[in-house]
Amino acid sequence: MNLHEYQAKQLFAEYGLPVSKGIAVDTADEAVAASNQLGGDRWVIKVQVHAGGRGKAGGVKVVSSEAEIREFCDKFIGTNLVTFQTDENGQPVSKIYIEECTDIETELYLGAVIDRSSRRVVFMTSTEGGVEIEKVAAETPEKILQAIIDPALGGQGYQGRDLAFQLGLEGKQVNQFANVFTTLARMFIERDLSLLEINPLVVTGAGDIFCLDAKVAIDSNALYRQKALAEMRDASQEDERENQASKFDLNYVALDGNIGCMVNGAGLAMGTMDLVKIHGGEPANFLDVGGTATKENVAEAFKIILSDGNVKAVLINIFGGIVQCNVIADGIIGAVKEVGVTVPVVVRFEGNNAALGSTTLAESDVNIIAASSLTDAVEQVVQAVGGAA
Amino acid sequence: MSILVDKNTKLICQGFTGSQGTMHSEQAIAYGTQVVGGVTPGKGGQVHLGLPVFNTAREAVAATGADATVIYVPAPFAKDGILEAADAGIELIVCITEGLPTLDMLAVKASLDERGIRLIGPNCPGVITPGECKIGIMPGEIHLPGKVGIVSRSGTLTYEAVKQTTDPGFGQSSCVGIGGDPIPGSNFIDILGLFEDDPDTEAIVMVGEIGGNAEEEAAEFIKSNVTKPVVGYIAGVTAPPGKRMGHAGAIIAGGKGTADDKFAALNAAGVATVKSLAEIGDSLKEITGW
Repeated sequence: MNLHEYQAKQLFAEYGLPVSKGIAVDTADEAVAASNQLGGDRWVIKVQVHAGGRGKAGGVKVVSSEAEIREFCDKFIGTNLVTFQTDENGQPVSKIYIEECTDIETELYLGAVIDRSSRRVVFMTSTEGGVEIEKVAAETPEKILQAIIDPALGGQGYQGRDLAFQLGLEGKQVNQFANVFTTLARMFIERDLSLLEINPLVVTGAGDIFCLDAKVAIDSNALYRQKALAEMRDASQEDERENQASKFDLNYVALDGNIGCMVNGAGLAMGTMDLVKIHGGEPANFLDVGGTATKENVAEAFKIILSDGNVKAVLINIFGGIVQCNVIADGIIGAVKEVGVTVPVVVRFEGNNAALGSTTLAESDVNIIAASSLTDAVEQVVQAVGGAA
Repeated sequence: MSILVDKNTKLICQGFTGSQGTMHSEQAIAYGTQVVGGVTPGKGGQVHLGLPVFNTAREAVAATGADATVIYVPAPFAKDGILEAADAGIELIVCITEGLPTLDMLAVKASLDERGIRLIGPNCPGVITPGECKIGIMPGEIHLPGKVGIVSRSGTLTYEAVKQTTDPGFGQSSCVGIGGDPIPGSNFIDILGLFEDDPDTEAIVMVGEIGGNAEEEAAEFIKSNVTKPVVGYIAGVTAPPGKRMGHAGAIIAGGKGTADDKFAALNAAGVATVKSLAEIGDSLKEITGW
């Protein structure tokens, strides 16, 4: 689960990290009021969306008048911001963050992730802040410094100082950076983060270390014990159908094709999509009905797949392990009757009660194409949408 | 022979009296697995499925001599359950539970590695040696005792591979689902090493998926350590970058861990790769001459 910048900065402030004073607002009037409350004559105003690349897309601006604030708000609130990290529809803008202006001397990068290979939380920092860090990693990997966090000990001051000296920081900045580092390492563990990024972390004109941006993602599996963070969820930044699916323990990801897929198990669902593509078709979605699919969530899965207007045929591939194929068959029949499916539906059953499931479908009055094998199923569904693209 | 489990494996179940624990223990017993008891705190002394229930794993091990455990407790308690089993001296821990916080696994993995205890999972179907011992949620009847070792990150995808080795009569020595989480208890390399050393395993099927670099690391390992024929399949060729496909692990970040990368690494290691998951059995036939 991702946080907005203003939420991440609230979290940073809670940990005593150096962030600017700022206020999140919903309207231009509130933005103007916020600028008065903050004082001064220059502010940074930023759209709040779950995506990087806001600056390049015009969503971050230094403003110095009420007119400029209003112009910025009118331009963005209620629209979608498209950046190089979003899809072509972009992310909806409903919140604007306005904060004090910080004068910048140097821009650094500081981030942390869980590294699968070393199985540790790893911090990365670089003098190349403020730009696309992916580029730095690809082109000049030697400019990215790393520190590995011992799970039993947490981040240590010496690690922070070591990074600070390597970054070329001096004087009071060294200890300030070390403090930011150890605090973030503690926050990462205490708050079950999966990703943390400050780009840029800056040295101000007065020579102090400052967190100018903040990007935080939380491990969704840990939300049950991170109640305060869970409440910060902004569903408007997520795909509506994906959210609807997750309510029914379904795992759905919308794609661009026209063959709706319903499969049990994430791996098999991906494998089935791949097969569709190999046979010249284009999957409309990834949908995993899970290991314990019931009649109800099969019906719901059907509705979600069909809510995508591009879907011209549906492929159902079930390998019954715990799931009984006849239960799925009942769910399919119920759903077809309830939502009135007009597109061809191809079904392949294997495993637990597969024969019974196939008989159930054959004896029902719903129009379903039964497949004899996985390859047969995929060929039939591709044919149903008019053959290979 | 086989790997990890056989007819002598004595299994307990943590979360024994819950619905999942009950259902899968019944099936394991029916399959012939030596289930010797279970653990549910507060229900010690009761009898469930005709077997003793213990309050703690330590008591269960002391009373039954169990050397393996399967964990079905809910995700918030799974870390506790794994560490309890480890402290009780159990050598093989299979955790079926999905949804463990990643940082829990980070701590668990560090602790188990220090003590040399093997964990399979979490978020996995489990381990089976056909005809001898079934630990987990896989359908027993699709398996056949035989000569192919199967290791996979995905549940139902494992079943596909099993079916394609059962239908032509090759059968399986053992099948291990290592799970789709970013930090698994055991990885491909751990299991590939066991299959290489197992005289009953004549060929290996490895089923991977996009995300992370476990398959690339496995490829490196195979190149220098595995002499047996290996068939490799990777799911997720068509998955768009940056999208999370169900398994917490199956996300391609920053263009790393794509299916193409993984296929290339496996091919370079001499693995026979298949792009279509329906061709695993055929490819096996081809490279072994069976």
